[in-house]
Amino acid sequence: MTVALAFDYAPAPETTRPHIRDEYGLFIDGRWTRAHNNRQFATVNPATEEFLASVAYASELDVDAAVKAARKGYEKYWSKLTPAARAKYLYRIARSITEKGRELAVLETMDGGKPIRESRDFDIPTAAAHFFYYAGWADKLRYASRNGADALPLGACGQIVPWNFPLLMAAWKLAPALACGNTVVLKPAETTSLTALALADIIAQADLPPGVVNIVTGPGETGRALVSHPDIDKIAFTGSTEVGKQIMRSVAGRDIRLTLELGGKAAHIVFADAPLDQAIEGIISGIYFNQGHVCCAGSRLLVEESIHDEVVARLLRRLQTMRLGDPLDKNTDIGAINSAEQLARIQELVASGVAQGAQLHSQPFSAPDRGYWFPASFFTGVTQSHRIAQEEIFGPVLSILTFRTPDEALSKANNTPYGLSAGVWTSSGSKNMWIAEHLRAGVVWCNTYNRFDPASPFGGYRESGFGREGGVHGLREYLQHA
Amino acid sequence: MLEARATALASRSIKTTTKRVGIDLAIACVDLTTLEGRDSAGRVRSLCIRAMHPDPSDATVPHVGAVCVYPNLVAVARETLGTSAVHLASVATAFPSGQAEMSVKLADTEQALAAGADEIDMVIDRGAFLEGNDRKVATEIEAIKELCHGRAHLKVILETGELGSYENIRRASDLALHAGADTIKTSTGKIGTNATLPTALLMCEAIRDFADRTGELRGLKVAGGVRTTKQALAYLVVVNETLGADWLTPDRFRIGASSLLDDLLMQRQKERSGRYAGNDYISKD
Repeated sequence: MTVALAFDYAPAPETTRPHIRDEYGLFIDGRWTRAHNNRQFATVNPATEEFLASVAYASELDVDAAVKAARKGYEKYWSKLTPAARAKYLYRIARSITEKGRELAVLETMDGGKPIRESRDFDIPTAAAHFFYYAGWADKLRYASRNGADALPLGACGQIVPWNFPLLMAAWKLAPALACGNTVVLKPAETTSLTALALADIIAQADLPPGVVNIVTGPGETGRALVSHPDIDKIAFTGSTEVGKQIMRSVAGRDIRLTLELGGKAAHIVFADAPLDQAIEGIISGIYFNQGHVCCAGSRLLVEESIHDEVVARLLRRLQTMRLGDPLDKNTDIGAINSAEQLARIQELVASGVAQGAQLHSQPFSAPDRGYWFPASFFTGVTQSHRIAQEEIFGPVLSILTFRTPDEALSKANNTPYGLSAGVWTSSGSKNMWIAEHLRAGVVWCNTYNRFDPASPFGGYRESGFGREGGVHGLREYLQHA
Repeated sequence: MLEARATALASRSIKTTTKRVGIDLAIACVDLTTLEGRDSAGRVRSLCIRAMHPDPSDATVPHVGAVCVYPNLVAVARETLGTSAVHLASVATAFPSGQAEMSVKLADTEQALAAGADEIDMVIDRGAFLEGNDRKVATEIEAIKELCHGRAHLKVILETGELGSYENIRRASDLALHAGADTIKTSTGKIGTNATLPTALLMCEAIRDFADRTGELRGLKVAGGVRTTKQALAYLVVVNETLGADWLTPDRFRIGASSLLDDLLMQRQKERSGRYAGNDYISKD
């Protein structure tokens, strides 16, 4: 018998609606306050361009108030607590994130455009996992310092997080800093403030002492005010290499700790002896996860020449099954591009690739009427001298290059100013070990990609930054003499 | 990544129309199976009647794909099924172990065919496969295929739970397809590890690559441990996204199961009435 109707997935939208206030203030000293002169900016849903909320625009004066609160919170409360008491608060936050997981996931997807499947299954659970993990460290810090020195906190820290994994990046930064006994002024990205502000509510409900976590929203200018504030003991920044360089210049000559997690242009190497279907899934996850808005995205695919055509054919076929559309639909694989500005940047780089003679292949795509969209795409015929092989696109666009020998693969992989991550696919264990050892990248994934765990350190080489987040390494960035 | 991909596919949310279509498709793809020592003529007869009319209260329910029984009960099943469109499958070749001389396996198969089976579910010789004797495995499949030629559809059971690695499962799939299997099947249902989603995905990849190379569309059967509608729909998603719509038909996809039909019918009633009527509203045998 034949089935009359096609087995075509009906829309399965997430129906939970999180509570979104009309306007959000700044979270300073345990209280919600208005920004100086009541300045505000709008945050929109990138999938619909609909207004979501007005968010406070923190000026230099507001940042100063936040830093003062953090200093007071450090001296008056947080440094006086026993480590086990700090852990108790962190566990409370972790549990609360887990309990509110669905609501936070929907909020993240509405504000940032990422598919609900990812915010629900990856962002939010991993954010909670970081709090759980570092809560456990709070009273064991002596084991984190290298020479058995007393593990002393730094003081008040400024933390600036990007828009690609808003709540998760906030968790990566807050959890180790708080576990070590520091207080924090956190600045979320301009386009994705809402989950950080929801986290402020969670922190308030967890009854953290005032000033231990302060959250100031605003554009780059707010971040600059935080970086140049004289009473900050440490800056931790995740974002673009360009801004990272500005920050490094501005902290030069000051007694201040700094960690930077910046851009990347990861090499993803596929040898002819790789399990191809597995490698294809790795490539797909590597570049199309979160619309390619991932600093460790495997955006430069290096394929052994003998299997180039087969890999391209398989990738092209796999692109046909990628589902682009409403990020709140549980079956969506590719959501909306985070902002109009980012979409323009992707389009500009893609146009340069076409102009320089590379061939563009995209999934079948008709853009919804509103919102910012870009289809899952890849370029063939790319060489090292193309801009699309050198510059970070930060979108769902892969550049495919070829190599003939392992040496050539390695030299092409390392021929980049970046060094955040890399991937290798081969059935040969010895080849895997050899290449992993010689790749200049903070993370090397062997026969897999995009695996994360709070216990595993993450960070880059060269223009991808310095310092590590995650694991015991992540604690040392927030301790003196460690 | 195989397991990660299978997990991602299992998280597809199948709702409304798609769910209704999927349930009917799954019913049409069921190989309603009874393979027990206590199987009797009466049991097989009632199974056949249920296969033709899964829900006596609702004529819109499709009949299942096939009934699957031991060779000695094929004659009883054929008598009950008559000329119905429900296929009649029989396990053969010393099911489930496959530990017998070739002459016995051939006789086993011939007996089932002569009694009226139009589908044969054979098992591969896992001992030979694990010894590296691929030639023996292929020769047996070829011999049974020759016997079935023009008379029956041949399903080759790999018994993936005994093969030890995904690499071996892929190799066995390729071997069986090249030796002439019309359908490759995961399991006998007689050991601890039955069909799993990653295994089905891997076998779909082998079938897809075989179709790419030869242009021939071969089938997949998952068997053992599929008890719920949710599981069945997940397999349909795997087939849909790996092989495509051409495979979403009982001719190329089957689910071997005994109790799955109960849940499919219950979910079907629920999709139509909005309520779960309960177990007693499903006729069982």
